[in-house]
Amino acid sequence: MKIPYLEKLFNWLEQSSHWGVHPDYRKEPAASRLISKLPLPPVLYLPLVQHAGAPAVAVVKVGDRVLAGQLLAEAGGNISAPIHAPAAGVIEAIGPHIAPHPSGLMVETITLRVTGTESVELQTCADPFSLPADELARRVGEAGVVGLGGATFPASPKLNLGRRAAVHTLVINGSECEPYLSCDDRLMQERAEGVIEGIRLIAYMIGAGRILVGIEDNKPTAYKTMCMAAAPFANIEVHSVPTRYPMGSGEQLMTWLTGVELPAGQRMASIGVLVHNVGTAYAIHRALRHGEPLTHRIVTVAGGAVRQPRNLEVALGTPASALVHFCGGLTEEPTRLVMGGPMMGQTLPSLDAPIIKGASGVLALTLAESGSPEEGDCVRCGMCTHACPLHLMPLDMAAAIRSGDVPAAQKMGLDDCLTCGACAYLCPAHIPLSHYFSYAKGETWAAEQSQRQQDQIRQSGEAKKERLARELAERRAAMAKRKAEQDAAKAAAKKEEATS
Amino acid sequence: MLIPVVSIGALGGVLGIGLAFAARHFKVEGNPLVEEVAAMMPNSQCGLCGQASCSVAAEKMVNGEIPLTNCLPGGKALAQRIAEKLGVPLQLDGFEEVTPQVAIVDELICTGCSRCLKACGNDAIIGAAKHIHGVLNDLCSGCGKCVDLCPTMAISMVEVPVTLKSWRWQKPRLEEGVRA
Repeated sequence: MKIPYLEKLFNWLEQSSHWGVHPDYRKEPAASRLISKLPLPPVLYLPLVQHAGAPAVAVVKVGDRVLAGQLLAEAGGNISAPIHAPAAGVIEAIGPHIAPHPSGLMVETITLRVTGTESVELQTCADPFSLPADELARRVGEAGVVGLGGATFPASPKLNLGRRAAVHTLVINGSECEPYLSCDDRLMQERAEGVIEGIRLIAYMIGAGRILVGIEDNKPTAYKTMCMAAAPFANIEVHSVPTRYPMGSGEQLMTWLTGVELPAGQRMASIGVLVHNVGTAYAIHRALRHGEPLTHRIVTVAGGAVRQPRNLEVALGTPASALVHFCGGLTEEPTRLVMGGPMMGQTLPSLDAPIIKGASGVLALTLAESGSPEEGDCVRCGMCTHACPLHLMPLDMAAAIRSGDVPAAQKMGLDDCLTCGACAYLCPAHIPLSHYFSYAKGETWAAEQSQRQQDQIRQSGEAKKERLARELAERRAAMAKRKAEQDAAKAAAKKEEATS
Repeated sequence: MLIPVVSIGALGGVLGIGLAFAARHFKVEGNPLVEEVAAMMPNSQCGLCGQASCSVAAEKMVNGEIPLTNCLPGGKALAQRIAEKLGVPLQLDGFEEVTPQVAIVDELICTGCSRCLKACGNDAIIGAAKHIHGVLNDLCSGCGKCVDLCPTMAISMVEVPVTLKSWRWQKPRLEEGVRA
C-alpha cells in the first residue's frame, strides 16, 4: 500500500539530506547591472583548444583577410568544435600564445588583428522547427557551439547522442551556483525569449517531451522572466531550486529536479536525461535562427580588486586585461586571478590570457577573498562528508592519496568526485582536499595513458618481429625457388647435352 | 659376447624409458607468475634496467631481487600493475619518476643510413634508405638504443614536452608538523 503524502515526505527528507555548502555568494553589484558590450580590442587571440576533445585545425594562413563569422579553424575530430572569427581582420600569426590555464603553458593560437566588423552573409532561418533534427544538429556543430556551463563539451555530438539514446527529459541548468558569477542570471533576465527558444530547439533535436528548467532561488527576477517566457509552452516547467553549492553541477540539479540518481560511471543519457546550460541554449538559438556562429559570450567581471564589477558581452579571444580595464581597472594588486568561478574555475597565469568559449567569469580576488590559511591536522569532524554532493568520504580519500595509494582512493569513488571543492571549503583544518583529488585524477589519467602507450609499443614490437619473421621466410622461399629453378635448368642443360 | 650386449642394452633401454617418463611427468614448470609479468613488460629489450632482457628483469622482479620500479619505460603505471599482480605493496619511497624521453632525429645531419631503423625494436623510427628518418613519438619507448648507432650523431633523446593535455597538478606538499 502506498501512502502518497508519506512518500512525498520521504522524498523531501532524502533530497534535503546534507550535501553542499553555502559560500558567501557576492554576486552583487555585477548581478544588478545590465550587460554591456565590450568594444572590440585591437587584437584577438583565438586558441585552437577552446573545448573538450580534439583541437581545432586552422584553415586560414598568416596574412589572410577574414570577415566576421568566417571559419578560422575546423573541427579536428568527432568530438571537437570549429572556431570562427569574431570580427573582420587580418591573420597576424598562428603559433603559441599564453593559454587561460593554471599551468601558464602556451597553446596554438590564431592571432587576429581587428580591422572592422564586416560580416560574412549569415544563413538565417525563419522557422528552424521546419527543418529535420539532424540538419539542425549539424548546423549547431558548424556554428562551433559548445557547452557554455564550463565543461565546453561540443554541443553537436551531445545532441546526436541524445537523439540516439531515447532521451525523454531535458534539464536546463540555470542555477549558476558559483559565487560571483551572474552571467547566466543576466542572460535569463535580459534575453529570456531567446533562451526559451533555444531550449525548445534542443528538446526538438533530441526528441525530449519534458523540459525542466532549474533556477536557484537567489535569482528571483530571472525566475520570473523565465516563467513568463515559458508560459506559452506547456511542456516547459520552470522550477526554483534552493541556493546551494554545487547545485549547478548537472548531476545534482538533475537529481533534485527528477528525483533520479545517476548510477556511478554512467552517462546521463543512459537514464534518458540530458542537461544543457542556459547559455548554450541561447547560443543554439542564435546559431539556428540567426545563423550566427559562437563568437561572443557573456562574461562576469568581478572580485574584490575590480573597481566596477559587471557583466560584459565579449568577443572570444579578447585578452582578460581588456575586460578588467573596461570595468575601471584594478583597485589593488589581486592575489589570485580566475577564469570561471572561484570554486571550480581555472587560475589564470596572467591577464594576457584570452577569453575562450568556456570562460564564464574573470575574477580578480584580493588576499582577503582568496587567502588560504595554513593547513592543520585532520580533526575527524566529518564536515567534508556532509559537504560532498556525492556522499563520498573526502577525508579517507585524501589520506589514501597522501600516503601514495591512489587505487585505494579510486575504490572509495575518486572517479565520481566532481572536484567541486565543497569539502575543502568547509574543512576547518584547511586541508586542500580538492587539490588532492585533482592531483590523484591526474595521476590516474597519466597511468592510463602510459598503459595505453605501452600496449601500443608492445603491439608494434610484436608486429615488427612477425614482419621480420615473415620477410625471412619469404626470402628463404624465394631462394629455394631460385635454387630449384637453377637446378631444373642445369638438369635440362645436362639432358640436352646428353641427347645431343 | 651376447650377454653383456643384451644386458647393457636392456639397462640403457630401461633407464631411457625411465628418463623419458620423468621428463614428461616430473617436469618442473617455469614460475607462471614470471611469464605473466614478462608479458606485461614493454618487451623492447632496451636494457635500461641493467638486466639482460625484459624476461630476466621480470624474473628478478618476481623473486624480489630488483625493485618493481626498475623498468623506466614502464614507469609508475607498470610498477603499480606488477605490484597488484604479485600482491605486494609498492615501494615508492625514493622513487622519482623520470620524465619520459623520446628520440628525435636532426633532419639536417641525418644521412638516411637506416641503421637506427633496423635497430628500433618497435618500429618507432620511420623512413627508408637514403631518406631522412623520423620518430613516431607515440611508439618510442625511450630506450635510446638508436642514439649510439647513428654514425652522424643525428639522434638525441629529449623529454616529452608538457602540453595542456598532459599537464597535471602536483601533489600538495605536506607542511611541516602536519599529520595525515
